[in-house]
Amino acid sequence: MSRGDALYHPNRRLRRLLGPLFGAACFLATLTGVFVLAVFLASILFAAFGGTVQPAWNSFGQSVRDFFGLMARLIGNRQSSNPDIAGFRVGLVGTLWLLGLVAAIGIPVGIGAGLFLEEYAPPGRLKRIVQTNISNLAGVPSIVYGILGLALFVRAFGAKGLALGPSLLAGAFTLGLLILPTIVITTQEALRAVPSSLRQAALALGATRWQVVSGHVLPAALPGIMTGAILGLSRVIGETAPLLMVGAAGSILRLPKGPLDRYTALPVEIYNYAKEPDRQFQMITAGGILILMVLLLTMNAAAIVIRNRFRRGR
Amino acid sequence: MTGLLWLCGLVTVLTTIGVIAVLAVESFEFFAQSKVGVGDFLFGLELKPEASPPKFGILPLIWGTFVIALGSSCVALPIGLMSAIYLSEYAPRRVRGFLKPTLELLAGVPTIVYGYFALLLVTPVLKAILEPLGFRVHQFNALSACIVVGIMIVPLVSSLSEDVLSAVPQGLREAAYGLGATKFEVSTRVVLPAGLSGVFASFILAISRAVGETMAVVLAAGMLPQISINPLSSIETMTTYIIQVIGGEASYGSPKYLSLFAVGLTLFGITLALNILSNLVLKRYREVYQ
Repeated sequence: MSRGDALYHPNRRLRRLLGPLFGAACFLATLTGVFVLAVFLASILFAAFGGTVQPAWNSFGQSVRDFFGLMARLIGNRQSSNPDIAGFRVGLVGTLWLLGLVAAIGIPVGIGAGLFLEEYAPPGRLKRIVQTNISNLAGVPSIVYGILGLALFVRAFGAKGLALGPSLLAGAFTLGLLILPTIVITTQEALRAVPSSLRQAALALGATRWQVVSGHVLPAALPGIMTGAILGLSRVIGETAPLLMVGAAGSILRLPKGPLDRYTALPVEIYNYAKEPDRQFQMITAGGILILMVLLLTMNAAAIVIRNRFRRGR
Repeated sequence: MTGLLWLCGLVTVLTTIGVIAVLAVESFEFFAQSKVGVGDFLFGLELKPEASPPKFGILPLIWGTFVIALGSSCVALPIGLMSAIYLSEYAPRRVRGFLKPTLELLAGVPTIVYGYFALLLVTPVLKAILEPLGFRVHQFNALSACIVVGIMIVPLVSSLSEDVLSAVPQGLREAAYGLGATKFEVSTRVVLPAGLSGVFASFILAISRAVGETMAVVLAAGMLPQISINPLSSIETMTTYIIQVIGGEASYGSPKYLSLFAVGLTLFGITLALNILSNLVLKRYREVYQ
């Protein structure tokens, strides 16, 4: 009763005023995120334009042409300590290699683990432990995965024959483990959304467990699984710390030819340029981040499109 | 086929075992080689791996990590919670449909980008505001890192909290409205208390993320292991130290090189404890509605 008394404010005007004020404050808080994103993209663009965007239209055309010239050069040229010719070519190729390798190795394992846990594993204590373990893995800092990759894949605890060294494959294994929890969890969610009547109908017609899963459950869950896979791969593009740990050094000038070659990645090169005190590198770093963001936004947009189409379809 | 899928499931378990084994074995090697006691390691005030004899007291690193966690929480927790309340209670459907994907996008921005944001914009702005007032702002400072890490973890707080607040049954709100409560009262005295466990769980997860954050801190906060309460000076976090060691010339198997595993073990222990705590809070204090 005393709590009810505390809630009772006879001051109606204040109570009416407080609601909208609070709502407005919360709205502004929500906008900070959007605002920061906008300011950030604007400042990056500004830096990539060389900090010299002019309001006059005649020179604006020139700035735009310079900007596209810069981007073309950043994609085409290799790393250099000379800001006039520096670029991201080797890092971009390395990142694409990593994407391909993780998509080929890490994603199938994640989907397989999700399938096993959701469709095959008998419910019980063991499953609960594995499930808790996965949600804990999702919270492990990415640099710890880097340490794991360093000791396990790069060095193989000192075993010479097994060690992969600072190669693309070691990087891909590390990033594959890093995104594993994400893939498993999104796969499980997608499978859980498939109505069990579908499974029962197929089982009743005499299909085997694998026929049910491969022929009916998996196709129905595919859009959700794809969304998870794309979001996982978009982390592969941006992760820097674990790659620094497993030896994606920035000073690699040769393009990798195979999965056992040394490599560097786009974010690692961005990090190296960002450390340069010379202000001339600001343009290069900003341009690299723009390339990174364009790649990421494209992948995120693809994930959102797939998800929306899936929703409409049901 | 079942066997193959079982193997895939096994990989997740092996990952955890691998992490713990690697950290434990190499940390043990570190303590054996450097002859540093665990107490001196965790609570030692001096971190000088290059000195002779080298000193491995990581309290400055723990302090730096704590500063980042505390400072970024001051930014992220209020903003994240208020966003969650807005999205769950106030936002019209269409606004929500626009804001939620934007926040998700913000969550997907790589942390190195946030670090560069600190260097490019946040630190210069801090300098422009604070230096005329007589404060000395270092090029690499804790405040700038706290701000960007805070912004970085806002989406985590807001999306997890919003999930919990939206899950509060509509009947509770309607009952309160029926008694004459205003929207403000419903939001803060009915919905928020009902979802409080989830909100706290999201806070703890966000702090854990800040503790493990690497690239933004490496670029923004510097690499100076010191215990200072001045947020405008450089600090060094545990994650930064690990990057510094691996980027340096430490030879494989030397005490300095091995110390990165011991620091990694400490970091892993702290984040794991926070994650488990977050799960416990969510489970134990969840209000159950029919």
